[in-house]
Amino acid sequence: MLSIRNIVKQYANHRALDNVSIEVEKGSIFGLLGPNGAGKTSLIRIINQITAPDYGEIFLNGEKLNPSHISTIGYLPEERGLYKKMEIGEQMLYLAQLKGLSKSDAIARIKLWFEKMEIQSWWNKKVEDLSKGMQQKVQFIATVVHDPKLIILDEPFSGFDPVNAQLITNEILELNSKGATIIFSTHRMESVEQLCDSIALIHKSKKILDGKVKDIRNLYRNNSYHIAFTGSITTPTDQIFSINNEKVEDGITHLTIQINPNYSVNDLLNFLIPQVQITELSEIIPSMNDIFIQNVKN
Amino acid sequence: MNKTLLIIKREYFSRVKKKSFLIMTFLVPMLIIGMYALIFALSMNGGDNNPTVEVIDESGIFQKGFDNNKSVNFEISELSLTEAKKKVINNEDAFVLYIPKDINTGGSIEMFAQKKAGLSVISTIERQLNDQMRIKLLKDAGINSETLDKIKPSLSVVSKELTIEGEKDSSSGAAMAVGFAAAILIYMSLFIYGIQVMRGIIEEKTSRIIEVVISSVKPFQLMMGKIIGIGFVGLTQFLLWIVLSASLMTLATTILFKDKVEQVRSEMPMNKQVEAVSTNGPGMDIVNAVQTVQWTYILPVFIIFFFGGYMLYSALFAAVGSAVESDTETQQFMLPITLPLLFTYIMSFSFIVNNPDSSLSFWLSIIPFTSPIAMMVRLPFGVPNWELALSIFLLIGGFIFTTWVASRIYRVGILMYGKKVSFKELGKWFMYKE
Repeated sequence: MLSIRNIVKQYANHRALDNVSIEVEKGSIFGLLGPNGAGKTSLIRIINQITAPDYGEIFLNGEKLNPSHISTIGYLPEERGLYKKMEIGEQMLYLAQLKGLSKSDAIARIKLWFEKMEIQSWWNKKVEDLSKGMQQKVQFIATVVHDPKLIILDEPFSGFDPVNAQLITNEILELNSKGATIIFSTHRMESVEQLCDSIALIHKSKKILDGKVKDIRNLYRNNSYHIAFTGSITTPTDQIFSINNEKVEDGITHLTIQINPNYSVNDLLNFLIPQVQITELSEIIPSMNDIFIQNVKN
Repeated sequence: MNKTLLIIKREYFSRVKKKSFLIMTFLVPMLIIGMYALIFALSMNGGDNNPTVEVIDESGIFQKGFDNNKSVNFEISELSLTEAKKKVINNEDAFVLYIPKDINTGGSIEMFAQKKAGLSVISTIERQLNDQMRIKLLKDAGINSETLDKIKPSLSVVSKELTIEGEKDSSSGAAMAVGFAAAILIYMSLFIYGIQVMRGIIEEKTSRIIEVVISSVKPFQLMMGKIIGIGFVGLTQFLLWIVLSASLMTLATTILFKDKVEQVRSEMPMNKQVEAVSTNGPGMDIVNAVQTVQWTYILPVFIIFFFGGYMLYSALFAAVGSAVESDTETQQFMLPITLPLLFTYIMSFSFIVNNPDSSLSFWLSIIPFTSPIAMMVRLPFGVPNWELALSIFLLIGGFIFTTWVASRIYRVGILMYGKKVSFKELGKWFMYKE
């Protein structure tokens, strides 16, 4: 769907993007991750043709990115707002027409979305009379009203209350199930695990990690396990595993351990079974949050 | 539909629908008519509290020589000086002019009153005294009154403009007034509408709508849409002012001169009525003057220079708006915009007015940054067509240039948040590639 190839973006004295290449599959939900200032917004602006790259190319559905693609992309920027003094309906109509919809088409679709979000009565209200949460709904509609094939959401949940966040999440999933490709830019890792199929991690202007979420988490497994048991271990454990964390609750010992190389879970069990009564054993698969922090710190 | 057109429409209608636009549109013609009526009223009755000056003439020279006129009434008094002084002390409106016996040999004339007489009163009195004294002295020198009557020169200079098409009166004060008014109007509106452009952009920046919009249109389209849209708001306002003022003026004139017209109609044959109405009576000279102005020439030139000057300067205002996040930050960037305008304004009314055809005036009315104001001041004195054409041509080139410079700053500025910007920074933005 979207193929980003060797993008370089240079500002006067810093390089915002350094040879970044990313592939986004059609119909997927893609997470674009990275700490503040990593270059995510620069990349998103290039995809939206707000700025142009110094080097590199972007292809959308096999075509080189060009102005005709504007109407197929929906963009919710991180820095987003509305004309405060303008009426909602009029404003939606304006934004939809700027995306290339005809007036009658725009009116019909806006009405549909207003019904869906149950905000029909807002048509003649001014933005300044709406609460922040209400404005966010309107902004979301403005992003998707022209039925874009590619939806780019930059920090979509910042400032949303949990109810609205859930509402928008559901809308995103529905749009995705209807065939829209979605790119998320965020640092909220829980939403990444919940929603994204694939991710790319950008740090200090470079892409340092990308792939399917499942694969990445598997890749970062490091033989850590959580075990719980009653009784006590009497022989030294150092040879087979090292203990990272230990706590005792209601007579049950909880251990977080890392099995040493050359040993397996079976070796661990063989070692433990004669000594204690195991109640629980599970592998600790690192969360996206851990992977994120680990990568950014190194 | 073309996206720039959509933007122009939004900018235009969102402003024209505002209450403040309607208020301004109706208030200004009212003020103009009000001023017109005030001038008219004053010229009609010349002020009603003219002082009456009692003249005690001990010399006997001036007895019957005084003329009552618009500013002073004279009254020969039989009172003695002491009685008259008493009267002054008791009456605050009394003026007493005392001419002593020995005026021929160097005595001084004195005026007594509780308050100071106005300058025009004093000068009227002095002029009349001097005129009469001169006549007396000439008579004393042996020139008889018949000769005196013959040698009353009355010269005035009528300036005629001579072109291939023939000669015409060019002494029209009204044309000059209209030219000056146009220059002031352009000066003010460059600021008013330029600042509207700047505020509009700051608003888009602070409300964070900007990134949503420029993901749909090019920054240049948005900037031009805004500039053109607000320019049309200005034109609409001017047009409404002209139409409203003209119709109100016509209405006022017919009401004010209704009596006069009827009077003339009953006394004169039809064909002479119009002439009589338009040449007769106080206040009519203003109406006449307004009618002599070549509106069909001045109006289009005014519109061209307003729009050209507006486009040129509003592009700069747009660049400033894109670089800042609030009105208070605009100060440092406003100076380079304000300075040439202020300079032209001052030059126009101190230098160009007196030397409309000097080479400095010529250059000021040709250079795009100063021409919108300077040309308006020069216009009533006659500007060759080729100069006008050159000036307009350069003005168009000027706004293409400023728009190009501004758009390069604008495209970077609108996406910059939370950064204190300096001129050096603006230079860097200008140099950025795409």
